[in-house]
Amino acid sequence: MSTLIPIGPFHPVLEEPEYISLYVDGETVEDADIDLGRIHRGMELLAQEKTYDQDCFLVERICGICSASHSWAACRAMEDIAGIGPTDRARYLRTIVHELERLHSHMLWVGLGGHILGYWTVFMWGWKYREPVLDSLEAITGNRNHYAWYRPGGVRRDVADEVWPVVLKRMDEFAAQTEMLLHAILDDPVILGRLKGVGLLTKEDAIRYGTLGPTARGSGFDIDVRRDEPYGAYSEVDWDVIVRPEGDCLAVAAVRLLEMLESVKIIKQCIERLPGGPIANEVREIPRGEGVGHVEAPRGECFHFIRSNGTNMPERHKMRAPTFNNIPSYRPRVKGESISDAVLIFAIIDPCYSCTERMAVLGPDGRRALGSKDLIALSHAKTEELRKGS
Amino acid sequence: MASTLNMFIYFLIFPGLLFTAVVGLLTTWVDRKVSARVQWRVGPPWYQPFADILKLLGKEIVIPEGAKRTGFLLAPMAGLAAVTVVSMMLWLANMQGVGFVGDLIAVIYLLTIPSIGMIIGASASSNPLASVGASREMKLILAYELPFVIAIFTAVSKVSPMSLKLEAILEHQAANGVLLGHPSCIIAFIVAVLCMQAKLTYPPFDIPEAETELMDGTHMEYSGPILGVVKLTQAMMLFTLPVLFITLFWGGLQFTGWGLLYTIVKYVLIVTIAILIKNTNPRVRIDQAVRFFWGPVTVLAIIGIILALAGL
Repeated sequence: MSTLIPIGPFHPVLEEPEYISLYVDGETVEDADIDLGRIHRGMELLAQEKTYDQDCFLVERICGICSASHSWAACRAMEDIAGIGPTDRARYLRTIVHELERLHSHMLWVGLGGHILGYWTVFMWGWKYREPVLDSLEAITGNRNHYAWYRPGGVRRDVADEVWPVVLKRMDEFAAQTEMLLHAILDDPVILGRLKGVGLLTKEDAIRYGTLGPTARGSGFDIDVRRDEPYGAYSEVDWDVIVRPEGDCLAVAAVRLLEMLESVKIIKQCIERLPGGPIANEVREIPRGEGVGHVEAPRGECFHFIRSNGTNMPERHKMRAPTFNNIPSYRPRVKGESISDAVLIFAIIDPCYSCTERMAVLGPDGRRALGSKDLIALSHAKTEELRKGS
Repeated sequence: MASTLNMFIYFLIFPGLLFTAVVGLLTTWVDRKVSARVQWRVGPPWYQPFADILKLLGKEIVIPEGAKRTGFLLAPMAGLAAVTVVSMMLWLANMQGVGFVGDLIAVIYLLTIPSIGMIIGASASSNPLASVGASREMKLILAYELPFVIAIFTAVSKVSPMSLKLEAILEHQAANGVLLGHPSCIIAFIVAVLCMQAKLTYPPFDIPEAETELMDGTHMEYSGPILGVVKLTQAMMLFTLPVLFITLFWGGLQFTGWGLLYTIVKYVLIVTIAILIKNTNPRVRIDQAVRFFWGPVTVLAIIGIILALAGL
């Protein structure tokens, strides 16, 4: 007999409202259903009603954590249409901010992981270590979050040279702290007991579900936009893509922790090699056409598509955050695990729902009319219809 | 008549309800302050636990729809009464040598009442997450109760002639030195401290409450004064269990001169061990906890009692 255990819409672990139904037998999860669509904000439509310059600020608001990724992806799509790339200095400046963002996002996740495991000390320490990264971002861009830093053709502001020694010093400290946390977490037998072998996602499933970022790399699926289609300064600095073949929660945690050390390497090299010159190429107008921009956000590939009709507003602006791809992989991961691990396994993809929300079907009473299973059934029916038609 | 009045004072004021509650809440403050310092926070002022309980006493009790009212409300009260009686028995045995034959068995029995109360209360609340918490609490009791009892009987078996009276154990220690001087009792003490962690549902054994999994599980539906009673019971357990261990293994409580200071040091030391374990461990799964207690801990406890019977 299976009982329904609801997680959400409001739950201490979920920072944003989301609803997961767990069908459990005793403590074992038999099946899971995820119901997205509680914080749909209409970002795509909004982007089509604002000018390109305003869109750079708007897309930052998609996510408080990966704001640089979204605005960089949007800028790359606009540059793709205009055919004008960033200047050399802008490429390096963009890369530095992007990697700093990865550092604070991953460190935030480490803290949340501690919170989910009931390990308050890791939670507090992780977030304390994250603070100097945010201070560095504030020193460079003027903001802790929502940097207003990217614009088509380059960046908005230049950075004074005095800032860099401070950032470099903070990066050295951060690397030492991350090493310490790495050993504290990966050598602790109790944490190993909670993470090792839990929430397995095979490489085949990782590919079939189209997972991205650390979620994919933790299952041995070796993809990274930064290396596969280099942008910014990534092809000019020395760094490695971290891949772990095991596919369990421990592997994903290890990928995130080790990636932080790689990011520190990238930032230090970029600061050392930072070229001079102008910070932006002037993009006067966006001509008619279509453009695609994608970057490796902390959670995986962030994708933006823009179609321009020659006016100062995009005709279509499609955004896809990595969590959208990663969430379905929850189901193969959680089946057969215990309820204690269900939340942990959900958090292992570092979900970011408000970035993901695209649609919800409401009935006349304002309640949700269709769940995810209904939508999948509808989609199957539609496919059958198309097959019969052709 | 006078003795009845005395019993009431013992139960309600000193060393019963009021005293245990005040010291227990002060101990939770120590817990919160030390945890905060470990986690690089400032921590609350000393009166914070009292303020919390007072605030809860002034709030409304919400009884969920479909809950069994009597069981839901009475179960935490039973826990509070049980831990008060244990505290009173321990203190009277230490102060006046008052007790009865087999009072140690009553102590062990009464110490499980708060946990069983939480199981009954959570089951009566008709909340699915609380019932998962109740089933976890049940498994946890089954897991730690065996090594806990073995550890206590290690102390009993060291006393000659073997006696289940707290007073006899104290007298033996006063005459022959503390039981912690024996290797067998050091092992039993370690086992007892580990079981204390589970009895208090402190991490890594906060499985029935598991805030991030079950949203406080067994405590989930409690609110207002009745939640205050639940929290108070936990605070009093944090006070009573170390006192029990000091009585059994560490020479009991002294109330004069340096003895008083020594008693406080012993108490704070045991509490600090619990707080440090709490802050350096994530929560384990229930199956891992059961395996841990039935495996290594029970084996350790049995080694302890074998050593004790061999005269070590």
